[in-house]
Amino acid sequence: MEKPRSEVVLYGTWASAYCTRVQLALKLKGIAYEYVEEDLTNKSESLLHYNPVHKKVPVLVHKGKPIAESLVILEYIDDCWNNSPNLLPLDPYQRAKVRFWANFYDQKIIPSSYAVVLSKGKEQENAIKEFNELLTVLEEGIEKDFSTKFPFNGEREALGFLDIVVGAHACNYRALEEAVAVVVEPKEHPAFLSWVTKLKEYPLMKETLPPHDKLAARMRERFSLAPKRNIATL
Amino acid sequence: MAEIELHGTWPSPYSYRVLWALKLKGIPYEYVEEDLSNKSPLLLQYNPVHKKIPVLVHGGKPICESMIILEYLDETWPQNPLLPSDPYERAVVRFWVKFIEDKGPSAWVVFRTSGEEQEKAVKDSLEMLKTIEEHALGEKKYFGGDKIGMVDIACSGIAHWLQVIEEVVGIKILEPHKFPRLHAWTKTFKEAPIIKDNLPNQDEMLVFFKQAREKLLASA
Repeated sequence: MEKPRSEVVLYGTWASAYCTRVQLALKLKGIAYEYVEEDLTNKSESLLHYNPVHKKVPVLVHKGKPIAESLVILEYIDDCWNNSPNLLPLDPYQRAKVRFWANFYDQKIIPSSYAVVLSKGKEQENAIKEFNELLTVLEEGIEKDFSTKFPFNGEREALGFLDIVVGAHACNYRALEEAVAVVVEPKEHPAFLSWVTKLKEYPLMKETLPPHDKLAARMRERFSLAPKRNIATL
Repeated sequence: MAEIELHGTWPSPYSYRVLWALKLKGIPYEYVEEDLSNKSPLLLQYNPVHKKIPVLVHGGKPICESMIILEYLDETWPQNPLLPSDPYERAVVRFWVKFIEDKGPSAWVVFRTSGEEQEKAVKDSLEMLKTIEEHALGEKKYFGGDKIGMVDIACSGIAHWLQVIEEVVGIKILEPHKFPRLHAWTKTFKEAPIIKDNLPNQDEMLVFFKQAREKLLASA
């Protein structure tokens, strides 16, 4: 293998929201790291060595030891560097609620957004409808579960766990809409859009998100021509 | 109302995950059996998003999703910890918990389907077992090392429910010679003190799941 790297190395791809999440967390905590851009059509030996089970990004390597899966990495970063700001709240019940909605976002909302981009015509219309229904569940649930109003980081200076998990993916929705179809009905989801808009304005988010035009072009290339694509290479 | 309530169903592996965690930590609780064919207003109130069990209710506050409940229990009652104290080891545990949550359900797809769909699910299940055998378990007695940890509890479906699925559908998936370490673990896990006294009866489960599968296939 190649020469030993820095103490903290992140293997990722520029367009991946999962990777953006990790970058946000590292930067929030002020952790110095080396970033390695992977070519998923030609995966490096390092990536295959560090994530033999899934062979995916992101992978965080800390002092030579790898951690995979973005939510697992975020918890690790919070555990290991327990300086301020805390990504997760300190109270166990609040933590349970945050974990619940992070899981919901990953298990329901993200797959639903893929269903939208990978379909056409009537099928896509149905996918968009379902996506909006899930968004309503998310909005109502978060409003009920957390006392701070949207934006989520209302009382705090820094981004929190859910801001990172949702923001890294949702803040790109305009690029997706330019490339594929209008997905989020503004009148139906004012709270969600207000949250996402505020997140997009957050300096750290602005500097970490992939550039809009580049992402829109990439999505157009991947999704608007052929509906069935290998989403693993996103 | 008791301080802690566990809402579950007797044949559900997810229910048992929480039950074992409560018992391992010596936390007193009241168990409430739910009827999933006729969900109680209370269940719908406690879990409006998924409408599922298990739900842990602590002082009137509900927590949903079995593995999230386990993290909550570990943080609130630190005795007999389910997670290691080292951050890296905790990350490894959480990785495998996620793995089994994502891939484990393929065994239930085997249970619910037939034909090509079932064949694919069998293949997925075998791949899942192979990965766990090779990468997660290694030479350890338990996934948690020398005592039961969160990954053991998460993988309990493999130890006790997979056999039932195999018998109901008539397909052997966890063959001892193919998965020697995992097979040994299923025995060790089920003989562990709290676990062995708290397992649903396999004969009763056979009857229950046989009926369930018949109903599923009839309405397919």
